[in-house]
Amino acid sequence: MRLGLVIDLDTCVGCHACAVACKEWNTSGTTAPLTDYNPYGAKPSGVWFNRIRHFEIGDYPYNKTVNFPMSCMHCENAECVTVCPTGASYKRAEDGIVLVDQNKCMGCNYCSWACPYGARELDRVSGTMKKCTLCIDRIYDMEVPEEERQPACVMTCPAHARMFGDIDDPESPVSRAVRDRGGYQLMPELNYNPTNHYLPPRVHAPIPTEELKKKAVRKVKEWVNRVVER
Amino acid sequence: MHPALAVIFLTLFSGGGFGIMALTAIINDFQIDGGLNPLQTMIAVILSLVFVSIGMLSSTAHLANPKNAWRAFTRWRTSWLAREGVFAVLYYPFAFAYLVWVFFTAGTQDVVGLILVNLAGLIGLITIFCQGMIYAVLRTIRQWNTALVPANFYAMGLAIGATILAAERMIMGQPALTLVGIALALLAASAVLKGIYYFWISRPGGPSIRTATGFNRSTVRILEQGHTFGTFLTEEFGHTIPDAKARSIKLMMYIFAFIIPIAALVIGILTTQVAFAWIAVFSVVFGIGVERWLFFVEAQHVVNLYHGRQQC
Repeated sequence: MRLGLVIDLDTCVGCHACAVACKEWNTSGTTAPLTDYNPYGAKPSGVWFNRIRHFEIGDYPYNKTVNFPMSCMHCENAECVTVCPTGASYKRAEDGIVLVDQNKCMGCNYCSWACPYGARELDRVSGTMKKCTLCIDRIYDMEVPEEERQPACVMTCPAHARMFGDIDDPESPVSRAVRDRGGYQLMPELNYNPTNHYLPPRVHAPIPTEELKKKAVRKVKEWVNRVVER
Repeated sequence: MHPALAVIFLTLFSGGGFGIMALTAIINDFQIDGGLNPLQTMIAVILSLVFVSIGMLSSTAHLANPKNAWRAFTRWRTSWLAREGVFAVLYYPFAFAYLVWVFFTAGTQDVVGLILVNLAGLIGLITIFCQGMIYAVLRTIRQWNTALVPANFYAMGLAIGATILAAERMIMGQPALTLVGIALALLAASAVLKGIYYFWISRPGGPSIRTATGFNRSTVRILEQGHTFGTFLTEEFGHTIPDAKARSIKLMMYIFAFIIPIAALVIGILTTQVAFAWIAVFSVVFGIGVERWLFFVEAQHVVNLYHGRQQC
């Protein structure tokens, strides 16, 4: 089993709700707290597991805004685990989730250097490295109704742009989505083989804006406008 | 990369310390310039221990949670950082044993002494290799992901060691011609290796904002980073330096790390003025410290692509 996220760049509206839901859940989760630095000061900052960037793809007039949520990719070749000298970082054999044992981490930052996706952030208050747990304290919680055993970011996404599931199972919804929509991994040339995949924006037929066939209502409106102008 | 002084001091001083020990072994093995006498040997070993200890102690200042530092020795099967720690600690008993042996028996070049100093030197050299590999294994940083990094660490660690030993002999008024020759050769080799490194990393390559986002066939620009002020990622990885400034600092680095030490050693051996030996030592340590600072500042982590940089 290889649990991870599939993120649909076509429907993501860039509202940051996933990041906020993540912060809310995980600040009292297994690696809690997600410390805020100077939250009411001039330059607030803090630890987040999920960050959303916004890119402009292409040049005007053929450009498009793409919202880009990023969290831990739970890579198959997780170099962050290989380089960790203390054994605090580990990848679970049963579901491929990469975690940091907060009791073992010495805060050397080396794993964050090894991560190409910026998934790891040092908590300066606890002195330990923190990262996305794929809401491990939620997806395996038998007290939670079964349909809610999903990461907080997936549960909250209003655009249904996030999917959670087993990438190893070729018939799982996430694997199907990756197959049908041409889902891809980020920076494949580094060969980290991330579990999380991104679905590219769909190609839509352009909506013509000139020479629109005028409907009857519009004709009436134009006629009224002319009358009122006079 | 953020040029943390703690990490710069780690490779600078411990590299120099291991270089002193390795060259002490070679000098006493082959009795170069008559070999080091017991007093000189003890000074060299103590200097080596002090340098290595400065490096190791300052590296713990880089840890955000040092109470778990002892765990860093456990993952030597996979992590070069753990291997570096293991070998650095293994170095101490041999270096101390040699120091004690020389102190009580004056046996700098007898069988026991030579075995101890060669083992200490060898472990030191292995540690330098591990230190270089800490950086060289990171595929996320193109400027570090090259075999030239451990090669440079070797050359410069040995150059610092040779300069210090040659200076020690000159200051103590002993024949030092061959030692100075060794130091000059190592300094020149380091300068050339560093030049090769700068040539190598100046070639464009590596991941771009296109492969980072997956939009391989169009221009990609950052619109919003998604945070209003700095994050851990921008503070740790965001450092960069304008090309013109980097060039002038490199020139300064070459002058202090290589040109001044070479000139000072040559003038010192010709004029037997002790002051030049001191100049060579301070200049080489400062210059290679600047080199290590540049090594960090010029390293461009690929996470910067998600903060708007086009190529790393």
